[in-house]
Amino acid sequence: MKYHPFVIPFSIGLAFVILYIVGMWTFWIIRLSRREQKIVWKRLFSFRTIEAMWESMMEGLFHRKIFKKHALLGYMHMSLAFGWFMLIVLGNFESRLYPHGNINPPFYPIFFEFFRHDLSPLREYEEIFTFLMDFFLLLVISGICLAFFKRIKSRILGMRRTTKHILIDRIALTSLWFIFPLRILAESVTAGLYNTGHFFTNFLGQNVIYNLPLDQLYYPAWWAYSIALGMFFVTLPFSRYMHIPAEILLIFLRKYGVKEKEAHSTFTKIEQSACSRCGICIDSCQLSTDLNINDTQPAYFIRDLRYSQPNERMRETCMMCMRCVEACPVGIEIAAMRRNERREHQIFSSTGYEYLNGHTYPKAKVAFFAGCMGHLTPSVIKSTLKLFDAAGVDYTFIDKDGSICCGRPLQLGGQEKAAKQLIDKNNTLIHNTGAEVLVTTCPICAREFKQNYHLNIPVLHHSQFLLQLANDNKLKINKSELNIAYHDPCELSRGLGITKEPRELLEKVGNVVDPTKQAKNNSLCCGGSLGITNISADQKKAIAASTINQITNSETNVVATACPLCKKTFNSAQDEMPIKDISEILVQNLNHTDSKNPAQVKESKVTVSV
Amino acid sequence: MVDFGFAPIEINIHDLDKADLRLSAWISERDETFKLCIACGSCTATCTAGKFTKFSFREMCHSIRRGEISEAIAESEKCMLCGKCTLACPRNVNTRNIVKLVRKANQNFKV
Repeated sequence: MKYHPFVIPFSIGLAFVILYIVGMWTFWIIRLSRREQKIVWKRLFSFRTIEAMWESMMEGLFHRKIFKKHALLGYMHMSLAFGWFMLIVLGNFESRLYPHGNINPPFYPIFFEFFRHDLSPLREYEEIFTFLMDFFLLLVISGICLAFFKRIKSRILGMRRTTKHILIDRIALTSLWFIFPLRILAESVTAGLYNTGHFFTNFLGQNVIYNLPLDQLYYPAWWAYSIALGMFFVTLPFSRYMHIPAEILLIFLRKYGVKEKEAHSTFTKIEQSACSRCGICIDSCQLSTDLNINDTQPAYFIRDLRYSQPNERMRETCMMCMRCVEACPVGIEIAAMRRNERREHQIFSSTGYEYLNGHTYPKAKVAFFAGCMGHLTPSVIKSTLKLFDAAGVDYTFIDKDGSICCGRPLQLGGQEKAAKQLIDKNNTLIHNTGAEVLVTTCPICAREFKQNYHLNIPVLHHSQFLLQLANDNKLKINKSELNIAYHDPCELSRGLGITKEPRELLEKVGNVVDPTKQAKNNSLCCGGSLGITNISADQKKAIAASTINQITNSETNVVATACPLCKKTFNSAQDEMPIKDISEILVQNLNHTDSKNPAQVKESKVTVSV
Repeated sequence: MVDFGFAPIEINIHDLDKADLRLSAWISERDETFKLCIACGSCTATCTAGKFTKFSFREMCHSIRRGEISEAIAESEKCMLCGKCTLACPRNVNTRNIVKLVRKANQNFKV
């Protein structure tokens, strides 16, 4: 016997979900741009495919990234994904090894123990299969227990908050949670009656539920199991669980080089579907941890983007600090998606900046750009220029008499056309200096220059340039006993990947202490972000104070920043801890005897103190 | 009425009873810090756009409060959103947000 009517709900669900997934994959691939399709075809038969397969396995089945974040949370996701996968694979092997000679219908391996009570034809494999099937079922059940527990006490699994789900997610989630307990029930009842299980189901069937009327439970249990499976499959495409098939496609496309563009595209749709709404982004967001704003995080933003349209509050309430991008286990380009969403709602015209004429500055090898925020913190400019003088750098200060904004604040707000005007003006200014390198003290400007200006000269943040000078022995620094907590600015660390140079430079002055894991790519935002306009000054201060609190300890003498905006924000939030730019700390510890221009440096000693 | 020999020049009269304060109300409703501005001019002193033009956040606020809506909108276009004014403001007025709101108002309700 290979059929019973209870397989109908499962079969309908499975047919539906397979057709839907194949349909969606085809639709998405067809809708990719011509260029994207070309690179996919070109790279399909390359090492990238093997890499993508490996990554699909490591992330899809084992959830490696979540494991790194929190072991128990990783185990929960792994046990569900890997456990279920193994049940399907082993079930198929088992049913194929069983001697019968006919082609198996899809439901046969799933309900194998219903159809075959005598497993002895499996011979020596019987013991192995029944054991492994019970083992993986237990693994999945442990995951379900943890998932259930996480809904009540998420902190045990390393999460402050879990995602609030919408109706369709709840239905799918409930079906998923019912699948495995019902499977245990069905298999235990069968094992109680026919001894088909191993240590787990046999024990349950013959020792725990043996007093129940197993005969009468037999068919209802298998019906219920089938209905739960069917229900899950039917709801899967419309719920968060669409991430399972979408993530696999996403991993492959990403490996082939497809990424978010300057506007929403088919790839955005794939990324939206690949978001599992796991909620890891909620905890990584400082709006959530420091301000208790818990409804605009990527899990919700992407959900709204998938089902409807994010409203203005959803679109705007984000610091664009990219901590969520760093935390996302699926690797979704969340910041790019939000930027594109903001771009779709442009509010600034591009005709307002015709007044910009700029200034002219003398030519030199190094062009120094302080930027708007640099001009708000003149001490940073003074110190940097004093270091330049001490090292004998041939520089020209290209925004000495009034800078044009680099355009990044407008970019962060999605006002791309308006930013383009500023970019053009600055491009001319930089070009006219004939400089061979552009140096800026502001990471916001540095990122904009690097990523949106297409300059033909290198752009260096001052920490990189000063390190070069120090390594070339043009700057001699004295080592002191200072305990320095270095704060990585978002735009520098996550935006440009510059985390080593500032630390190396500071190591020449004192001891860099990182008392927290919230450093480098995982660094905290100072709260002063230009990416957000709809939080108040007090809220920004709350974030800044919390950040300072987390990155310092009792031994910290000074907090070093590499961003004038961070310096300003930290200073306005608290008075206890001195906040200094890297250049200011360096100037204080400059070795004057060896420097090339001692006269000027002497002056610097008088005017700058830490 | 006693004739003092002096009279106000018609063009300089801002009659707040007749002024079009829709934009002012619209902004205050969305960002309460708009009401906090005391026109000290710190914003104007640091303004990046102010280096090149007569743009001044302070004056834009005056225009809004006087009901000179089109003037305020025209001024707001000059802002580069760099955020210096927000950091300089001693009253914690969310200046960048207010500039954005003026621009949004221009799109959302035709003034």
